[in-house]
Amino acid sequence: MQAKTIAIGGVDLEVFEGGTGRPLLFLHSGQGFDPAHPFVAGLTAGYRVVAPSHPGFGKSSLPDWIDNVDDIAYLYLDLIDQLGLDTVDVIGCSIGGWIAAEIATKSPERIARLTLVGPVGVKTGPANKLDVPDIFAKPLEEVNALLFHDPDKFRMDPSALTDEQLSIAVRNRESLALLSWEPYMHNPKLKHRLHRATMPSQLIRGESDGVVSQAYLERYAALLPDARIVTIPEAGHAPQVEQPDRFNDAIRSFHTV
Amino acid sequence: MRAWHFTETAYPYLPPEDEYPSIRVTLPNKHYDPVKGAALYDRYIDEWLIAEDEGLEIMLNEHHQTATCVDPAGPLMLAAMARQSTKARLLILGNPLANRRQPVRVAEEMAMIDVLSKGRLEAGMVRGVPYELSPANSNPVRMNERFWEAMDMIVTAWTSHDGPVSHEGRFFHHRNINIWPRCYQDPHPPIWVSTTSTGGAKQVGGRGYTQATFLTGFKETRRIYESYRQGWREAGLGNDVPIDRLAYAAIVYVGDTEAEAYAGAEKLLWYVTANKVAPQFVNPPGYVPVPANVQILRGAEHPLSQFARGASVEAAIEAGFMMAGTPDQVYEQFKRHYDYVGGYGHLLIMGQAGFLEHDETVRGIRNFAREVYPRLQEEFPDTTVSGNFGDVPPEPPRDFIPAPGEDHVAQEAGDAANMTPLGAARGA
Repeated sequence: MQAKTIAIGGVDLEVFEGGTGRPLLFLHSGQGFDPAHPFVAGLTAGYRVVAPSHPGFGKSSLPDWIDNVDDIAYLYLDLIDQLGLDTVDVIGCSIGGWIAAEIATKSPERIARLTLVGPVGVKTGPANKLDVPDIFAKPLEEVNALLFHDPDKFRMDPSALTDEQLSIAVRNRESLALLSWEPYMHNPKLKHRLHRATMPSQLIRGESDGVVSQAYLERYAALLPDARIVTIPEAGHAPQVEQPDRFNDAIRSFHTV
Repeated sequence: MRAWHFTETAYPYLPPEDEYPSIRVTLPNKHYDPVKGAALYDRYIDEWLIAEDEGLEIMLNEHHQTATCVDPAGPLMLAAMARQSTKARLLILGNPLANRRQPVRVAEEMAMIDVLSKGRLEAGMVRGVPYELSPANSNPVRMNERFWEAMDMIVTAWTSHDGPVSHEGRFFHHRNINIWPRCYQDPHPPIWVSTTSTGGAKQVGGRGYTQATFLTGFKETRRIYESYRQGWREAGLGNDVPIDRLAYAAIVYVGDTEAEAYAGAEKLLWYVTANKVAPQFVNPPGYVPVPANVQILRGAEHPLSQFARGASVEAAIEAGFMMAGTPDQVYEQFKRHYDYVGGYGHLLIMGQAGFLEHDETVRGIRNFAREVYPRLQEEFPDTTVSGNFGDVPPEPPRDFIPAPGEDHVAQEAGDAANMTPLGAARGA
């Protein structure tokens, strides 16, 4: 994929682009976008993939006025305009799923088909119980166990990373906190707006996901007019990373004309 | 020279440290016995009043969800002290502004205490240590920006006397600011800020507020004070920085003999050692800047954490965190530190902690107040200019100012963060 910087809506946005075919906007999770992940090659083989780094993630700038997911949803509507696309397919992972859901409620006509992977963004459970575990109040090791089916394979090793890579990882986490701290991992308004997202949707969940539970996903899906649920075995919160082939199969079978 | 008695009002009766992951944030309050807690409040208030009788000023602080400081509403304790005490200055250091949702409420609380105490308030403001973020549910990102906006609002609230004014800022909104009562002191109580970073100190200096720093030893304290003085001069406040704008907090214990003093000082090390905090609360994302976090991931460690593992009275004195010994020894330790950093007008005495019992605390207060304080007041007058190194060559030499980051991560973190890094401001 090719990385470039697009000035848009006051943000210097890092955008990865590659592949040909049906345009597909890929919105990364809190861990950021890494074009080297094997699932990416699978996607660019069949689609024109556009993958921005959210403001404050990767090498995208973070203006001081941006502080929530709503801001980013509007920014990506600008991006779709600027790319000259009438409609796009959208895949959003985790917080990227939240951003995708916000876009889908604002301009449903711009999204042809929508995939949310372990999405956050709604609060459907009781007030005295977190819908999403507080990842900022747990030791990293415990968070890792929530994130991955096989955490040993995905433990971050700072010694294997350059200072630049490490800086990006640290900044991604900081920006995730900025966007999701309060209300925690959701926009209270979103669940009242999801009825507007009438496009065909699928919600993908790794079977071992400790962040987004099956019950949460089912309640999320019930808020969408036309949604189905796909479960990927032997995967946690990032099935695209842990099971790239199964993930890409799910994408290819859904994102067709 | 003004000296202040400070206690964190700790609740020390805890299970063994290996039985809990964190003394802060998550330690269940089933371990707090309110009957014992009430007795402790009485005791700590008595000790402040004894300190007042001995001629010292009164300082307190605020922390949340922690056994190390059971004073989650500093202004409430301060209000009690305003009525219990009669002559001491009353310093709160401080109000955790970046975690307070309503700055105007802070302005009201402080104004009320100023009136209650008939103008004895010294109003300290702090950003808040990292382990306060979870208890406050407060976003760790952009805390400095929130802090300074809140500060400006509070000063506006204190200094507006002709009916409502408004504030529509980045983080706070208030359409009708018109506080009752107004402050007793005119135009408002002295403002203090605690910082352990040079960037922060420069900002504080530029505003002429009083700058306090906690347990920062020799070199770091001097760096911070130099920045303060630089900020002061660059803001056009004059060439001479009044000595009373700088404060240093140290653990202090004075005994009749060195052995007695060291025994007391040993117990006061609780300040540094009883601070087992789970890592996710020590360093929430965004609290320190990215480069500092990269260093932490590469294994850098805060100097106070390093120190805590092998803490000893001797090492603490050596590092400049502590002044302990006979009156002569404490005088010498103070003078050495004072000269090296360029002087300060306030010694904030961390004079009670953990299991230092009432009698021991009172003995320490009295020994300091009677045997050391008069000398300090005489030899380090408030008319001195800070940073005037004079003829006394500080040890190490006066031109030795370490480059940023030379020592440890705290410096870099602080420089870029502008404010207190990593909770080094243990007391603030």
